[in-house]
Amino acid sequence: MSDMRAEIAGESGTGDAGFGDYVALLKPRVMSLVVFTAMVGLMVAPVRLHPIEALAAIIFIALGAGASGALNMWWDADIDRVMRRTAKRPVPSGAVEPGEALGLGVALSAMSVVMLWLATNALAAGLLAFTIFFYAVIYTMWLKRSTPQNIVIGGAAGAFPPMIGWVAATGSISLEAVLMFLLIFMWTPPHFWALALFMNSDYEKAKVPMLTVTHGRKATRAHILVYTILLVPVALGTAFTAIGGPVYFALALVLNALFLIGAIRIWRRPEATAEADKYAVEKRFFALSLAYLFGHFAAILIEATPWAEQLATWANWGAVTWG
Amino acid sequence: MGLTQEHDLHRRRWSRNLGVLLTLLAFVALVFGLTIAKVGGGDQMQGFDHTYRVGIDPDTRIPEAGQ
Repeated sequence: MSDMRAEIAGESGTGDAGFGDYVALLKPRVMSLVVFTAMVGLMVAPVRLHPIEALAAIIFIALGAGASGALNMWWDADIDRVMRRTAKRPVPSGAVEPGEALGLGVALSAMSVVMLWLATNALAAGLLAFTIFFYAVIYTMWLKRSTPQNIVIGGAAGAFPPMIGWVAATGSISLEAVLMFLLIFMWTPPHFWALALFMNSDYEKAKVPMLTVTHGRKATRAHILVYTILLVPVALGTAFTAIGGPVYFALALVLNALFLIGAIRIWRRPEATAEADKYAVEKRFFALSLAYLFGHFAAILIEATPWAEQLATWANWGAVTWG
Repeated sequence: MGLTQEHDLHRRRWSRNLGVLLTLLAFVALVFGLTIAKVGGGDQMQGFDHTYRVGIDPDTRIPEAGQ
C-alpha cells in the first residue's frame, strides 16, 4: 500500500510519463522535415514503389530519425538542462527517465532498420543505420562537444533522408540522390549558425563549442556568407539534372538570390546594430532558411508531376518557335 | 486516499496505454498491408531484395535444349 501511495504521489520517478512525452523524445519537428525530404526523394525516383511500400519506407525512415533523436536526448540531458531552449525536453524536465530514453532509442533504431530492409532493400536500411550511428555517436557523443565544426560535419545526418528515400525506391545511389544530400548538407551550417547568433548565451552556458562561442560572432557571420556562396551552385546546378527543370530553376533563382542577400546583410552587420534590434535580420534569415529548404524540395516534387512535364514541353516549344 | 480516486498519474497512464495500443494496431496494419503488397506484386520477383529474376519472365526466358 505504501508503495502504491509513493507511486501515486510521483515519488518513484518512473512510470508517470504520458504518451506525449515519449513522442517528444523522438523530436517530432525534426521528424516532419525528415518525412518531407524522404518522401520527396522517394517520389521523384525513377522507380515507383507500391503505395504501401512507399508509406512503410517513409514511416520507418522517420522512426529511425526519431530513434536517433531519443538517443541524442539521452546523451545530452546534462546540457539540455542548462539551455533555455531545451530545458523542457522530457529527460531534463524529469518526465522520462534517461534509461527509458536510451531503451526506446536503441529499440526503435533496430526496429526501423530491420523493417526498412524488409519493406525495401538492404542498401536503404544500411544507410538508415549509418545515419542513426552518425547522428547519435559521431555528432552527439563526439563532435558536438569537441569542435566548432560540429554543425558542418553533423549536418550529414540530416542530409541523408532524401537519399535513403531515393535508394529505397531504386536500390542504388545516383547523382540526383547525392545532390539532394548536398543541398541539405550545405544548407545546415548557415541555418544553425543564424540560430546560434541569436541563441549564443544558451550554447555558452552549456559550454557547447559553437562557432559563435569559440571564434566569435564576426567569424560566424563570415562563415554564414561563405557556406551560402558554396550552397548556391549546388542548389542551381540541381536544376540541370533529372530531378530539376524550369519550375525548380525559377524558384531556386529567387530563393538563392534572397538567401545570398540575407547572408551578405548578416555579414555586413555590426554586432551593436544586431543587439539593438534584437537580431531581427538574423531571425528573418533563420525563418528564410526554413522556407529555402522547403521551397527547393517542393519544387523538386513539382518537377516530378505530369503538369511540370507539360510546362517543360511548352517551354521547349516556346524556345524553338521564338528563340 | 480511496482506491477509486482519479489522480493525474492515472490519466497519464491511460494516455500512455492508449497510445501504445494504437501504435501497435497501426504497426500490425502496416505489416499486414506490406505483406499483401509484397505477395500481390511479387510474382515477377525472386523473393529477395527486389532482384528481378529473368528466368521466370516468359518473354526473356532462354529455351532449354530440346524445347
